[in-house]
Amino acid sequence: MDLAYTKKQQAFRAEIRAWLAANVPAEPLQSFDTAEGFARHRQWEAKLNEGRWGMVTWPVEFGGRGCDLIDWLVFEEEYYRARAPLRVNQNGIFLLGPTLMEYGTAEQKARILPKMACGEEVWAQGWSEPNAGSDMAAIRARADLRGDRYVINGQKIWSTRAVWADWLFGMFRTDPASERHRGLTFILVPLDTPGITVRPIPQLDGLPGFAEVFFDDVEVAVENRLGDEGAGWQVAMATAGFERGLMLRSPARFQETARRLVELYRANRASAEGDPGVRDAVIRAWLDAESYCLATYQTACRLGQGGKIGAESSTNKIFWSELDQNMHATAMSILGARAELLPHAPDAAGVGTWLDGWLFSQSGPIYAGTNEIQRNIIAERMLGMPR
Amino acid sequence: MDFTFTEDQLLFQSSVREFLTAEVTPARIRASWETAGGRDPALWRQLADMGLAGLTVPEEFGGLGMSELDFVLLAQECGYVALPEPLVHMAMVAVPLLRQVGGDLAATWLPRIAAGEAKVVAGLEQNLLVEDAHIADLLLLQRGDAWYALSQGQVELRHNESVDPSRRLYAVDIKSGTDPISSGDAATALTAATLDRGALGCAAQALGLAQRMVDLAVAYSCDRQQFGKPIGSFQAVKHLMANVAVRLEYARAPVHRAAYSLANNDPGAARAVSHAKLAACEAANLAAKNSIQVHGAMGYTWEVDLHIYMKKAWALANTWGDASFHKARIADAIFADGAELGAGATFAEF
Ligand SMILES: Cc1cc2nc3c(=O)[nH]c(=O)nc-3n(C[C@H](O)[C@H](O)[C@H](O)COP(=O)(O)OP(=O)(O)OC[C@H]3O[C@@H](n4cnc5c(N)ncnc54)[C@H](O)[C@@H]3O)c2cc1C
Repeated sequence: MDLAYTKKQQAFRAEIRAWLAANVPAEPLQSFDTAEGFARHRQWEAKLNEGRWGMVTWPVEFGGRGCDLIDWLVFEEEYYRARAPLRVNQNGIFLLGPTLMEYGTAEQKARILPKMACGEEVWAQGWSEPNAGSDMAAIRARADLRGDRYVINGQKIWSTRAVWADWLFGMFRTDPASERHRGLTFILVPLDTPGITVRPIPQLDGLPGFAEVFFDDVEVAVENRLGDEGAGWQVAMATAGFERGLMLRSPARFQETARRLVELYRANRASAEGDPGVRDAVIRAWLDAESYCLATYQTACRLGQGGKIGAESSTNKIFWSELDQNMHATAMSILGARAELLPHAPDAAGVGTWLDGWLFSQSGPIYAGTNEIQRNIIAERMLGMPR
Repeated sequence: MDFTFTEDQLLFQSSVREFLTAEVTPARIRASWETAGGRDPALWRQLADMGLAGLTVPEEFGGLGMSELDFVLLAQECGYVALPEPLVHMAMVAVPLLRQVGGDLAATWLPRIAAGEAKVVAGLEQNLLVEDAHIADLLLLQRGDAWYALSQGQVELRHNESVDPSRRLYAVDIKSGTDPISSGDAATALTAATLDRGALGCAAQALGLAQRMVDLAVAYSCDRQQFGKPIGSFQAVKHLMANVAVRLEYARAPVHRAAYSLANNDPGAARAVSHAKLAACEAANLAAKNSIQVHGAMGYTWEVDLHIYMKKAWALANTWGDASFHKARIADAIFADGAELGAGATFAEF
């Protein structure tokens, strides 16, 4: 065990820190759930890619730097420290990207990854349906093979960023006689294909952060299938483990929230100390954010040495989503009567982005597999309790 | 950056686990409860023969020269079996304290400890009582800003019964006036380091205890049938256990980091230790609470083994610094002006 960064890791940190200092926009970008904000975030992705910072863990040939997971954690630390814009293409770079590396053909990788890396093509995920939420195997949207095309009919829902995205990666039933996990196929669909209707769904903040997507005889070339026909479930699950979890929500994000929470507490100490529970919650927030970081480094090191990750990766989703919710709940109680005010309200001095974060933290225990589903997985697969 | 244990450290852990789970059975622990001193000299002999008594004794004194980091995984295993013998205390607290004191005292006692011939225990005022004072050949006691090294003849012991029959606690009065072995700033440094090592020992054992309680409750939930199926198939029961698994999963790395920090005299060690103890003892307390619930009335009995581990977990949470003590240390660190927090700060001091 040696908890010091290597010279190389330190140099890498210095390099990204300097680049971010020179390039991160001085003013925070508008939300990427607005047309204007989406465009600005897309430009930011292009800029990141120019510096080859788009996805440092990707191979060099696809615009990455071939970095390991420790470098990835360092990158994320600097990224959140610098308050750089959120990643508008996160579904592409964090979810589809790794899946493509594993299952994509050479042609698919060469065609898709570079455009994903620079934000030219922003991706949405189309798995959930009105009647297939936690029970994803209940997917009904169909893709029928006719010659060299799939003809897609049906509906997806809750598709993040789909309002302005360019492509959607979805799961469709290709075998109409199949049930549950069998007969599903992973297909990539350009969102400007005739027959597609995207209907925005406003989220708690009123902005259309996700959408319903309707498919009416949508024709997609068979080259857009990822993996084998009928193997969609395996393709989807293969990258559903730790690396995906780690990439989607690395510790840096929560450590920065914890740091800001300590700051908020210190700035409002006189009122915050009236409730001893608040001090306790702030301490706990810092501890848990730190625990998440330590555990992630430990796992990343183990994986780097060839270790495998098992069902314990399900603990990760529960831990960070509850931490995020608790931290924001604590911030709301520190802000007291100001907590409900929108940032632009005339008397909202000092409320910052806490309200936004509080709203979003409500979704953490729901998306990416609800925490109840994760608990089932932990009990059955990690602890071996009976089904 | 390498946050993993070596092959050797992991191998040692698994051989110690094998030995302890085979030898330190619940039946053997219950048998020791019936003896006057509550300790099992034959077991101590076995531990000494494996070289465990002298693990952290420097090689020049006949030990294995291991650090807190080498020992932490073994302390987890001691927790897993709720080992009543003072192995964790000796290896993690008393021996490092003697090492720190040095001189004749260390040269006299360390070889005897390594040979399994002597037991030394340390007592802090903060702990109120001294663990295993009755079997100590040498007592190292802190009083204010002074430390004393005393034999049984120089002290008077008053036994205080604990809810955990495996714990033997004593109030210790110093009979005759002796000179301190250390005083002033040097003694204060000994006190601080001793507290940290004791707290780390508790944290590591709490990890093992939590794991044991989860294992017991999961096994019970597979076995026990109600409504025609194993109770472990009920989701409410599953989620009780999953909640423990989550807290436990995120308590391990802080304990390992604290061990590394102590072994490397890292200036941030006190904060790391407090973090470790809070996280691990919280996980163990949750394991206790949810495991007894999963056992139903069985869990409330003397006969079922769960309480062996549960009671020890409860006790460890409040000794070597209770939660309020350790939280206060965290608060002092993170609420200080200029504290380094946030992304990238975790390993910044190394
Ligand atoms: C912000 C946000 C972004 C999202 N983005 C996307 C996206 O980009 N693409 C996409 O495909 N989907 C997306 N989703 C959808 C998300 O994956 C689903 O919401 C999630 O899988 C839960 O499905 P559901 O909403 O239908 O809830 P339901 O499945 O109806 O669940 C409702 C409640 O019942 C509980 N429940 C259900 N089944 C069980 C069970 N077996 N045991 C115990 N409890 C159970 C759930 O835990 C939950 O508490 C997003 C959701 C949110 C909130």
